[in-house]
Amino acid sequence: MTTQATTVGRPSRARGVLHRITASFLFATGLPVILVAAWAAYSTYSANRFFPGPLTVLDAFVDTWVGPAFLEDVVPSLLRLAGGILVSIVVGVVAGTVIGLVHWLRDLTEPVLEFFRAIPPPVLIPIVMLLLGITDTMKLVVIVSGAIWPILLNTIEGVRSTDSVMIETARAFGITRAERLWFLVLPAASPRIMTGVRQALSVALILMVISEMFASSSGLGYRIAYFQRNYLIAQMWSGVLLLGLIGVFLATVFGIVERRVLRWYHGIKEVDRG
Amino acid sequence: MAVRSTRHRRWLRKTTLGIAGLVGFLTVWQLIPTLGIVDAQYLPHVTDVAVRLVNELRDLAFWRRLGDTMTAWAIGLAIASSAAVALGTVVGLVPFLRRATHTTVEFLRPIPSVALIPLAVLMFGIRMQAALVIIVFASFWQVFVQVIYGVADIDAVARDTARSFGLTRRAQLRHLVLPTALPYLMTGLRLAAAVALILAITAEMVIGNPGLGRMIELSRSAGDAVGLYALVVVTGLLGLTINIVFRFIERRTLSWHQSIRGEEVL
Repeated sequence: MTTQATTVGRPSRARGVLHRITASFLFATGLPVILVAAWAAYSTYSANRFFPGPLTVLDAFVDTWVGPAFLEDVVPSLLRLAGGILVSIVVGVVAGTVIGLVHWLRDLTEPVLEFFRAIPPPVLIPIVMLLLGITDTMKLVVIVSGAIWPILLNTIEGVRSTDSVMIETARAFGITRAERLWFLVLPAASPRIMTGVRQALSVALILMVISEMFASSSGLGYRIAYFQRNYLIAQMWSGVLLLGLIGVFLATVFGIVERRVLRWYHGIKEVDRG
Repeated sequence: MAVRSTRHRRWLRKTTLGIAGLVGFLTVWQLIPTLGIVDAQYLPHVTDVAVRLVNELRDLAFWRRLGDTMTAWAIGLAIASSAAVALGTVVGLVPFLRRATHTTVEFLRPIPSVALIPLAVLMFGIRMQAALVIIVFASFWQVFVQVIYGVADIDAVARDTARSFGLTRRAQLRHLVLPTALPYLMTGLRLAAAVALILAITAEMVIGNPGLGRMIELSRSAGDAVGLYALVVVTGLLGLTINIVFRFIERRTLSWHQSIRGEEVL
C-alpha cells in the first residue's frame, strides 16, 4: 500500500524497481528462512527425538511420497477430496438457489438446516459408516455431508439478499426467468457463495484426513496415523508437511478462482473506497 | 401499529413454517426405518433416540463427559484468542511486521489442524493437552487474521486526529484501535468458538481422551446405533447453543456499532 502511494506520479527508475523487488523478496522469504534455520539449529542441539531436523524430514518426504506411494495413497485421497468438493458445490449452489428463491421453502427448512450446520462434521463419520459401510462412496459422502452446509447456507443468504429493485427492474424489462437467474441472482450471490466455498474447502480437507484415519487401509490420513503408531517420526512429519502443502495448494487455487469470479465485485469495492 | 402487526404476522408465519419443517424432518426420519427403507439397526427410530437422549440427560456420567469436552473447548479457546489478540494487535499495528509475517501466515494458516494430531499424541499422549494443541492451532488463526484486518482498518482521519490531539499510546489503543477492531474481533471469536468445538470433539474421537467424542467412538465400536445418534444430536445442540450465545454476545458488545443499529431500525 505505502510503496504504491510513494511511487505514484514519479517516473519509476530501473534501480527503484529492482530495489523494490529485492525488498519484497526479502520480506516474503525472510521469516520462513529464519524459522527453518531455527528449526535446524534446535534439532541439531537438542536430543528431543520427536523433532527431527528439516533435512531428515526432507529425506523422509522424498523416500515416502515420491514413487508408487504417491499413486497408491495420495492420488486416491486427492480424487476423493476433489469429488467431494465438486459434489458439495454443485448440490449446495443448486439447492441453495432454489431454497433462497422460494420464500416458504426457506422458512420451512431454515431451523433444520441450521441444526445440521451446527453439528461438528466429524461426528457424521460414524453415522455414514453405519449407513454405507467402509467404502469409497462412504468417504465421498462424509466429505459432502460436512462441506455442503457452509455452501448451501451462504448461497441461500446470498440469493435472498439480491437487490429487490434490480429484480423488479429486470422483471419490468421482461427478462426471462432463466436469464434473470444467470445474469442477476447468481452473480449477486457469488461473493457469499465464494465465502461458503472457502469454509467448505477446509472442512473437506479435515474430513478427508479423519475419515481415512478412522476407516481405511490406504490414503494420506491412514499413512500418517500408521507412521505415528509405529514411531516413524520423520515419516510422520513428512506426512504433516504434505498435508500442509495440500492445504496451501487448495488455498492458492481458490484464491486464483475467486479473483477471476469476483473481479467485478472487487472492482466495485475499489471504486467505492476511492 | 400497522407496520408492527405485519412484522408480527411475518414472524408468526416464519415460526410456524420452521416448526412444521422440523416436525416434517422428524416424521420422515421416523418413517424411513418404520417402512423398512433402511434397517432400524442402521437408522434407529426417532422415538428410540429421543428416549435415549432423555436417559443420557439424567446420567451423571454423561454430564461429566460433556464437562470434559467443554473444559477442553473453553481452555483452548481462551489460550488461542488471548494469544491471537496480543500477537494480532502488534503485527497489525506495525507495517514492517505485517509484511514480514505475511507469507508465513499464509503458509501456516491452511494447514489442516488434524494433521497435527499424530504429533500431539506423541508429545502428550492420550490427555487433554494433546487435544488442546489441536484446538489452539485451529482457532488461533480465525481470531488472529480478523484482528490483523481489524487493527489495519483504522480510519486515517481518526488516527491523524488522535495524534494531533496528543493522545497517548494507551489512550489511542483504548479509544481508536479497540473500537475499530472490535467488530472484527467478535466475528473472529464466533468463528473460533465453532471451530474449537469441532476440534475438541474430533480430538476426542481420534485421540481417545475422555469426552463426548470418545463416547461417540465407543458407541460406534459397540454397534450401539441408538446411543450414537443420540450423541450426535447432543453435539448438534451444543454447536447451536454456542452459535446463539456468541451471536448474543456479539450483539451486546457491538450495540453501538452501525452494523447492529442498522438492523434494528429496519
